[in-house]
Formats: sequence, C-alpha cells, structure tokens
Amino acid sequence: MATLADKKSKKLLIINSIFILAWLIIAAFPFIWTFLGSFKVREDFFSRSDWWYVISGFHTIIETGGRYTLNAFREAWIEGEFWYAARNSVIVTFFVVTISLFLGTLGGYALSRSPYRYAFWILIAALVFRAMPHITLVSGYLFPFFQLNIWGILPTTIIVLVAINQPFTLWLLYSFFKTVPKELDESGMIDGCSHFQAFRYIIMPVMWPGVITAGLFSLMLAYNDFTVTAMLLSYENHTMVPKLASYLGTNQHEGNMMWAVSSVVSATAPLFMVVMFFQKQIISGLTTGAVKG
Amino acid sequence: MLPTCVAMILFIAVPIVSIFIQSLFIEHKKELIEIERCDPFGCETEVGVDIEAFAALNKEKPLGRFNGFKTYTDRNHLAFNELTEGWKNSKTFGEFSKNFMNLPFYKALIFTLTYTFFVTPSVIFLGFILALSINALIQKIKGPIIFATILPMIVTPLVGSLVLFWMIDAQGIIGATIQDLFNDPYLSLKASIKLTWITLITYGIWHHAPFAFIVFYAALQTVPQDPIEAAIIDGANRWQRIRHVVIPHLFPVAVFIALISMMDNIRVFEPIIGFSAEASAQSFSWLIYNDLRNIEVMNFGSAASTSILTIIMVGILLTPVLIKTWREFGESR
Repeated sequence: MATLADKKSKKLLIINSIFILAWLIIAAFPFIWTFLGSFKVREDFFSRSDWWYVISGFHTIIETGGRYTLNAFREAWIEGEFWYAARNSVIVTFFVVTISLFLGTLGGYALSRSPYRYAFWILIAALVFRAMPHITLVSGYLFPFFQLNIWGILPTTIIVLVAINQPFTLWLLYSFFKTVPKELDESGMIDGCSHFQAFRYIIMPVMWPGVITAGLFSLMLAYNDFTVTAMLLSYENHTMVPKLASYLGTNQHEGNMMWAVSSVVSATAPLFMVVMFFQKQIISGLTTGAVKG
Repeated sequence: MLPTCVAMILFIAVPIVSIFIQSLFIEHKKELIEIERCDPFGCETEVGVDIEAFAALNKEKPLGRFNGFKTYTDRNHLAFNELTEGWKNSKTFGEFSKNFMNLPFYKALIFTLTYTFFVTPSVIFLGFILALSINALIQKIKGPIIFATILPMIVTPLVGSLVLFWMIDAQGIIGATIQDLFNDPYLSLKASIKLTWITLITYGIWHHAPFAFIVFYAALQTVPQDPIEAAIIDGANRWQRIRHVVIPHLFPVAVFIALISMMDNIRVFEPIIGFSAEASAQSFSWLIYNDLRNIEVMNFGSAASTSILTIIMVGILLTPVLIKTWREFGESR
C-alpha cells in the first residue's frame, strides 16, 4: 500500500516498529531459549534459583566441565532410542507425501476439469471432512484395526494420515489447477492427445509449483502429527512427536526431562530448515484458498 | 479422481459409520461366579470375575453388548438424569451450575466453546494488525521477519506448547520471575482453573495468529490502489482509509480465516497434553483420548459416543459457513 501520497508520520513508524519487535520476541524467543537450554544440564534449564543459569551454565560447568554439553542429545538419541523414532518419522513422512500427492494431483486435476455437478459435492464433502477432529476418526479406526490385527504398524498409519490429509490437498490442488487455463489441455487434445497424454505432456510440466506447495503441507502434517501416530502406533513404532511426549512422564523430576528438551530441538530443526527454504511456497499455498474467498 | 474419492470415503466416511455403530455398544458385563479354593487348611468360596467366560464372550461378540443410545445419556455424556435431578435438588442457580460443571461432557463443552470463541476473534484481530504493520515495512527486512512470525504456526502444537510450558513453569524463566514479582512461591500455572484457561487461550492465539497474518498479508497485496488514492484526495486519514477501504475488501478473507480457525480450535487437544492441564481444562478431543489411551481397558463405546456428539457439534457450528460456500459455488457455475 505504499503509494506516493502515503507519507508516514514518525510517530506511527515508531509505534509500528515497537509492535513488530514485541511480536518477534513473543514469536521467536521461546524457540531460541529452548535451543540454548538444550545444551545444558537439567538443573540449569529448570533452575529455581536463577534463570541466568540457562545462559551461563552454572551446573553444566560443575557437572561436565564445559559451558555446553551434548549429553541430553546423546542420551535421548541413543538410550532413549530417538534415532529409531526419527527413522520412523522419515518413513511415514516420505510415504504420506508421495501417496497423497499422487492421489491429490489426479483428483484435483479431474475435479477442476469436471463439468458435472457431483464434482462440487465431492469438494463440499472434502470441506466437511476437513472439519472433523482427527481423534474422532482415530477412534473409529482403532476398533476395526484391533480386530483385523493391523494396529500398531507403520503402513496402516500412513494410509490413515493420507486419508486425513486428502481433503486439504484436494482443495489446494483443485484451486491450483483452476488457475491453469483450460485452453492449454484442450489445445493438446485437438492435436490428438488422449486425456491421459494431455495430462502427462501438457499439465505435468506446469504443475510443479502447486504440487510442491501441496507436498510441503502434507509433509508438515505427517511430520507434526501427534494424535494419529500416538494412538495408532505401538510404542516401539512411535514417530518423533509421540516419542518425545512419552519422555515427559508423569512428573518433571524424572530424569527424562532433558531428553524431551533435546528431542524437541532435534525434531524442530529440520522443519525450520524446510520452511526457510520454501517460505514462498508455503505462503502462496495458504493464500490460494483464501483469495478466492 | 476415482482413487481420491474411494480413499476419502473408505477412510473418513467409513470410520464415522464405525464409531456410530461402536457407540451403540458397551463392554460386556463381567459375570461374577463363586470359586471354591481349596488348600491344605480347608476350602473357602470366593466371589470373582469369571475371566474365561468374559474372554469367550469377548471373542464371540467383540463389540460388547448392545446398549442402544444409553451410552449417550449416561453420566459421562449427556447426563440427562443427573441434569434433571440436579435441577430439582439444587436450591440456587449457583448450586446447579456447580453440579453442572462436574459432569465431564459439559465441562468439556464449556471449555471447548470458551476456547474457540476467545481464540478465533483474537486471532483475526492480531493477524490483521500484524499484517498491516509488517506490510508497512521496507522490502528488504520483510523476509526474515515473516519467517520469524510464522514459527509458532509450523511447529506441532505439542512442541509449541511444551516450549512455552517450560518457560511458564515454576522453574522456567517467566514462571520464576512472576513468582518473584508477586512474592508468592506457590503461584503457578496449575494453581487455579482460571490461570490454566488463560494460559491455554494465550497459547491458542500465539499458535494461530501467524496463519491469520499470512492470509491477511497476501490479501493486502490485492487491495486496489485507486480507491485508496481517491480516499486520500478526499482527505481521509489513515484510520478512515483502513476502516472504509481496506476492511471491506478483506472481509471475505476474514470469514475464511474464521472458518479454518474455528475448525482447528474445536479440536483443541495437544496443548492440554503439553501444558499438562488435563485437571482443569478438558476438551472433547481429550475426553476421547482419555477413553482410549489405556490399551488394557479401552472404552470404545464411550469414546465413540463422545465422537458422534463432537461431530454433531462441529456440524452445527459449520452449517452457516457451509451454506454460504454452497451458494457462492452454485453462483460461480
């Protein structure tokens, strides 16, 4: 909105800067704080006497000799078997993203080109399903899964996550394909392409921006999920988020607190990297639905 | 398209049917039998649970026995009996509402609704202000600031709430400082229901505001310049321009944010775990989780009834928006 006539008064500028600064502190400080604290021992991060210990590492120096220690990470990854959870997370995330993109691209493309009324009903149904709390669905899955003896393993969880993810992917890709002009694939079909060939040679080269965005969202959903993975996976197969929840235990004085702190840091770091790289796509993805109203 | 449809129906519609069926059943009664135990000092009879018969029964009918809609009306759900009785027996309205708040379902209902109705408007407001102020910044520093702003949104709620909880807790930086300020070593998040609720709601705003910000921010880029310039020529000040040009333009976007934000807030669950706040704040999702979390004794029937009631709630809250979407979609064809 920066127009020529839009002269900013100094006062407003100052208020504005202070406000943004305050918000940045609120938004980012907790993460910085936890990151710093994860390299200390428990007595420093959860210190009653002096919060400055998190910076100065008073107890850390006494216990380990240095100001920073990797103890929490080492213990959580090896003793706490966090590496196994990380491996599970990678598997689940990879398959959820691949499968939901495959289904979503085909579905979104078909819906955006469909002249029939039922396409609209499917989209509405997807919207309703999007609103269902995940745990209500999970409670529906649990019982049949127990009966069929497929509870607790990764493949079923992947399928459930794909299903939960599908409505959002479908809407996103549907709105994306709507912006790809129909004339493009029609011209291809006039030249003698089949429906499938039109998709393969004309749509596929131009669809990547939309697909990357949808993929990022599937990735965040699968990677971040707690409800589904905690309920549908057995303890040994837990992914990162339920695993770190299990470190919490019932009270804070159990030794595992620092495990949880370090695994929070290990689980968030890759996510932040991804977001840093793909910030533009994520923002565009969140807004495609919105700008249309 | 077909595979997507099949997947959605199979994995979303079928579970809904499944929980409906489950909700009609309840676990088998444990048959009590008399067991005679003999040892060298004589025989005595004990009353115990007939484990074998129970297991056999479970195998034969894994769903349990048919209970109809009784699960819906028992104490843990709609609690009709308790309500009518409480109404009759309590003399004052205060007494009645106290009893009312002790029923798990209504407790969760009140918390979920309070949470939703506080968080949603605050998120829209904060997101709007943030979008306006960040939009006014110079281009160069926008990128990093937007990145920092969306951090609370991209981490999973469990991690986000844990990170905050460790700071607010009595041994964390904020908690300890507040205790010092008020000179009260027992002041803590868990001390009162009100404090817990306020914390959870603050957390909700912190977590969701970035989403509203991004959507508003993108929409701000599409605000037409001509009316704004016209308004400036007409002598409108900054506030008037925002009030009469920008806000009407952003209104549909605000509706969209409200819809998404409401969907997410109704299912509030992970922060309750993260803040270990289940003693004073329970949501529907937490009730269901609580019924299912113990592998040994899973109350499928109870969880399923709560699920159905939740789905009905979500349906009621979303009907107006759905009708609107439906009309718009119909017009655009």
